[in-house]
Amino acid sequence: MENKKLLVTPAPHARTSETVTSVMMDVVVALIPAILASVYFFGIKALVVIVTCIVFSVASEYVCQRLMKRPITISDYSAVVTGILLAFCLPPTIPWYLAAVGAIFAIVIGKMVFGGLGYNLFNPALVGRAFLLASWPVYMTSWSGPEKFLEDKWMSLSDATTKASALSVFKETLMAVKKGAPIDSLKEVYNNFSLSDLFLGNVPGSLGETSVLFLLLGAFYLWFYKKHITWHIPVTYIGTVGLLAWLFGGPAFMQGNVLFHVTAGGLILGAFFMATDMVTSPITKKGRIIFGIGAGIIVFVIRIFGGYPEGVCYSILLMNAATPLIDRYTKPRRFGEVKA
Amino acid sequence: MELKTFPQGIHPSDSKELTQELPVNQMPVPKKVVIPLSQHIGAPATCVVQVGDFVKTGQLIGESSGFISANVHASISGKVVEIKDALTATGAMSKAVVIEGDGKDEWVDMKRYESFDDLTSEDLKKIIEEAGIVGLGGAAFPTNVKLSPPADKNIEYLIINSAECEPYLTCDYRVMIERTMDTIKGMKIFMKILGINKCLIGIENNKIGAYNTYRKMLENEPDIDVYMLQTKYPQGAEKSLIKALINKEVPSGGLPMDVGVVVQNVGTVLAAYEAVYKGKPLIERVMTVSGYGIRQPQNLLVRLGVSFEEIINYCGSFVETPGKIICGGPMMGFAQYDLSVPVVKGTSGLLVFPEDTVNTYEESPCIRCAKCVDACPQFLVPSELAKYGKKYLWDRAEENGVMDCVECGSCSYVCPAKINLVQYIKLAKNEINIRRRKK
Repeated sequence: MENKKLLVTPAPHARTSETVTSVMMDVVVALIPAILASVYFFGIKALVVIVTCIVFSVASEYVCQRLMKRPITISDYSAVVTGILLAFCLPPTIPWYLAAVGAIFAIVIGKMVFGGLGYNLFNPALVGRAFLLASWPVYMTSWSGPEKFLEDKWMSLSDATTKASALSVFKETLMAVKKGAPIDSLKEVYNNFSLSDLFLGNVPGSLGETSVLFLLLGAFYLWFYKKHITWHIPVTYIGTVGLLAWLFGGPAFMQGNVLFHVTAGGLILGAFFMATDMVTSPITKKGRIIFGIGAGIIVFVIRIFGGYPEGVCYSILLMNAATPLIDRYTKPRRFGEVKA
Repeated sequence: MELKTFPQGIHPSDSKELTQELPVNQMPVPKKVVIPLSQHIGAPATCVVQVGDFVKTGQLIGESSGFISANVHASISGKVVEIKDALTATGAMSKAVVIEGDGKDEWVDMKRYESFDDLTSEDLKKIIEEAGIVGLGGAAFPTNVKLSPPADKNIEYLIINSAECEPYLTCDYRVMIERTMDTIKGMKIFMKILGINKCLIGIENNKIGAYNTYRKMLENEPDIDVYMLQTKYPQGAEKSLIKALINKEVPSGGLPMDVGVVVQNVGTVLAAYEAVYKGKPLIERVMTVSGYGIRQPQNLLVRLGVSFEEIINYCGSFVETPGKIICGGPMMGFAQYDLSVPVVKGTSGLLVFPEDTVNTYEESPCIRCAKCVDACPQFLVPSELAKYGKKYLWDRAEENGVMDCVECGSCSYVCPAKINLVQYIKLAKNEINIRRRKK
């Protein structure tokens, strides 16, 4: 029985159907509810920013791989994920060319110079955002919206209602309090933003960070259905921010508004979609808990004591830098290993 | 009911429905067999026949050649026509005795015992050793050695490995269903040898038939307990099975006897029964022939030394062009390229997959998803170990526990980047073993 066509490969001969592409595709799917919400609340402008980011992310990955003479892997959707996530942390009013610059920086400096997917130390989308924030701080902190669905400003590409985001109002008030304004003004900030608006995303802010509801929809899809993310980072991260906000974030000890700090700003987006980025977060469960707590502390410190109103981006980037170290010191206990 | 299991592991589709309900079918005595002298872990047997000799079925042809070695017997009667190097299923060459059958299947005289009450532990061990019995779960470790723990080890339990966690394989299941009483007798033989009175059987809940059969048969056997296990791979890995049943971890680098356990596969137990009660040396075994590429999947009782080609022909040949043929299970088995390879003691299955269902995978970079970390039953970090294996960093691999790997392949199974993790890990283990031997 001569058969020259038998395939010989090492065991195991059974594999899951999951591939890198399917995992990335699942993340894209999980982001779709929030994409729709961002377009609903901020108008066509939001769509332009998202599309710009995706197109320039994928294109710069392609160009890099051509120049580096490496296999072209743009079909794995990882650049699409980066594009969407970058767009999600930009204000709706950002000019398209700045969004494009951010996307190029995210992919080229955040990802390709390290060797591409799997080798990058930092979350590429956040690298792009940090670069834009440092270079064009005014554009990056001019918030707009929400607009009325299908009305003039919703349809317009340039016209928008400029407003301050919840966290920047909080920050300004906090600075004022430090200079002597009445401490009760903090409570007013809490009252000015209704929790239901914060939860739905009906507030000014970056594209994808405002709608907690739609972000959670996608997050639960990844968490419970696809099982690509575990509870460790999101729960400890959000929990730490919530706890610190409750203890020290209010007018007095233990009077902080937990839900305000959790739902305003980019915490939900960061906790479920960016801090859990597989490539740049720890591989061990213990490590993820450390990562989450560390990022939570950094967020709180930046929001209360730092110069920026929001600290999610830097908190994740800083913990990304600590990830190799965390991995090294949180090796799982080996089966049958006797602890000395 | 409470299902026992071990932490982590994976859930591949078990695909056992192809053969699970098919009674064991006895394949006719083959006309020619190729019997390798190295079918077990340890030193190859020394050949004790010459070309031209006539041998009877069950006659010794290879003699155990060291402490860890095993006897090999003729599986048919006939003439030794050749002694040559033959390809085996693992890809290694082994010296093998080729016997051309005379069609009579004439057996050697066999010493049968009605009961083993008058036999001592040493007598029984001798019978098992002479019968050439090795672990039939796949590893083929000489059974008498496993039944001889050093005096300082206090053995408490005999654990019967009937997890059969490899997808497709159902030969152990059929043995459990069809030879329940005989396996129970076999267990008692092992218990007597070990001088213990506690035996545990673990059966996964996708083999409820076997569980119920044992439950019924063991009603008046207080010394033997049967437990239902959650179906999960690799439940049948010794260390995982022990963890599931008695919640003890075999120490890193240690053996089951370090936690007072001896594990024996249920097929091995049956072989011991046959050796004592029937006087039969190990010359045949039950194996599963399955997969969607074979016309008549079945559980077969075959003589050792018969070629894969003959088995495939007996099972109605291929349904369509075969793409991959595996000796053993899909998780740990070996892909074959030459079908003249003979069945040996450790051959538990022969799986045929049609060409259009066989995939090759391109490795892509690790995305650090940690799915391998969550799957590894030994709590290792496979992605890291594989990286060290790839870069020849043997020391780093060793420091990070590569030698604890049981090579179950769960990491490669779950990897979305399709990295052959377990392959790089095996490479590292092999290199480290070679280095240790040199020292």
